[in-house]
Amino acid sequence: MEKQKAHIDKNNTVIKVRGLEKSFADYDVLRGIDLDLYQGENLVVLGRSGTGKSVLIKLISGLLKPDAGSIEVLGNDVTAISERELQELRIRIGFSFQNSALYDSMTVRKNLEFPLVRNRKGITRDEINKNVESVLDAVGLSHTINQMPSELSGGQRKRIGIARTLILNPEIMLYDEPTAGLDPITCIEINDLINEVQANYKTSSIIITHDLTCAKHTGDRIAMLLEGQFQRVGTFDEVFATDDNRVKPFYDYNFTE
Amino acid sequence: MATIKSITKFAPSRFARLKDRVAAFFLMLYRVYAFILRFFKEVFLPPYEFKEVVRQCYEVGVRSFTLISLTGFIVGVIFTKQSRPSLTDFGATSWLPSLVSIAIMKALAPLVTALIAAGKVGSSIGAELGSMRVTEQIDAMEVSGTKPFKFLVCTRVIATTITIPLLATYTAFIALLGGYLNVSQNEGTSYSTFMEQAFEPLTFVDFWASLSKAIVFGFTIGIVGCYQGYNSTKGTEGVGKAANGAVVTAMFLVFIEEVLIVQIAGWFR
Repeated sequence: MEKQKAHIDKNNTVIKVRGLEKSFADYDVLRGIDLDLYQGENLVVLGRSGTGKSVLIKLISGLLKPDAGSIEVLGNDVTAISERELQELRIRIGFSFQNSALYDSMTVRKNLEFPLVRNRKGITRDEINKNVESVLDAVGLSHTINQMPSELSGGQRKRIGIARTLILNPEIMLYDEPTAGLDPITCIEINDLINEVQANYKTSSIIITHDLTCAKHTGDRIAMLLEGQFQRVGTFDEVFATDDNRVKPFYDYNFTE
Repeated sequence: MATIKSITKFAPSRFARLKDRVAAFFLMLYRVYAFILRFFKEVFLPPYEFKEVVRQCYEVGVRSFTLISLTGFIVGVIFTKQSRPSLTDFGATSWLPSLVSIAIMKALAPLVTALIAAGKVGSSIGAELGSMRVTEQIDAMEVSGTKPFKFLVCTRVIATTITIPLLATYTAFIALLGGYLNVSQNEGTSYSTFMEQAFEPLTFVDFWASLSKAIVFGFTIGIVGCYQGYNSTKGTEGVGKAANGAVVTAMFLVFIEEVLIVQIAGWFR
């Protein structure tokens, strides 16, 4: 399915990152990242394994603390706000994990209800059911409602993981390797789902991947993370219009025979 | 000379390693302290996960029930059988019910229950939370604006603190039953006489000390299992280490607490 033209508001920055640095032991993973995510935009972060792509979104969601720099999400400085404020902010951010991270002791229904009943005080049983059915319908998996995560395929788990984040109507979506480990057909389905989420839920998203097909089909803008910094940022064609031997192999591996 | 040389050569690195280990030990103590403090800070604040506490109580009880029943009964029978010859030598076989009940109520029931629970429940909590940590399920709870510490840790620690004293009480009665059956078979003592003699030497302090021990053991098993699992790292290897660490640490602490509580109870007698 072709990606529809997104309504991007470049006057409204939902995530603003400046001078972000993060190290683990002696290894400097992020070395001064600057990033703007605009309202309604899908930004794909590309890079080799271990370059800090997942670290970046974990820093944005407050799961990790940066060594230096600032992260502003929906007007809140993630590095400076209190635990309670961070918790309230997280309700507005959806995080889809690489391995889905479904709660394996709960059914699909319980997985979806879990964030809802804890964040929407006074919600009735009817409203819970309606919300659960609505997001399951959105990801096309209504029939799995009573199944356990272990009974689902990799693609279904990814979809349920996305549904669990959608149930809180997030303004921002963070996808960590959404197509990793999936067959090509399921990858296409997940790419379409990401575009549907952008169109129907009006979300702004950061998509972490090293799958160029995913990047091409979902990204309004691509940012290439190399050696701890964004070396090339632009549209898909702009980023790969280069002879840089750190960038070219990505394209060649995926698109040339 | 060669030995002196090798000692001189390796001494600084050994010293550095020792220094690192000591530092790591104190860092771990601090982390455990902070973890316990966090538990007491969060356990009294809403939201209260009552349903999950009940579910965890059921899990803890069910997981250990069969093993505790069997072990409790065998402990009662064996202890009675082993004690008989010594008492027979002194012509004091009639003291057997008292001896068995004192040993079971004061020491064996809470200790046996705690050791079994450390193995069955502690390892299970460590592995479960460890697995949730390495598969990012705990992170997923955190980023969805919920409180994983409250839902996963507080509920499990409350459950072990409530359920293990109940299981210890049950173990005491099962062990006494084992003792009674053995005494009844050998000495022909009636049930009412056995129970009368069994409870006669026990005081309120004994029951209270035994219950306190079981409560402390329950808390220890829960908090250690949760600490090990919640802070698990390094993938599947970390899950195994968390489960193993939960059992070993909990058992070690249970023995230390046993000594301390016996000492403290002694002051009240």
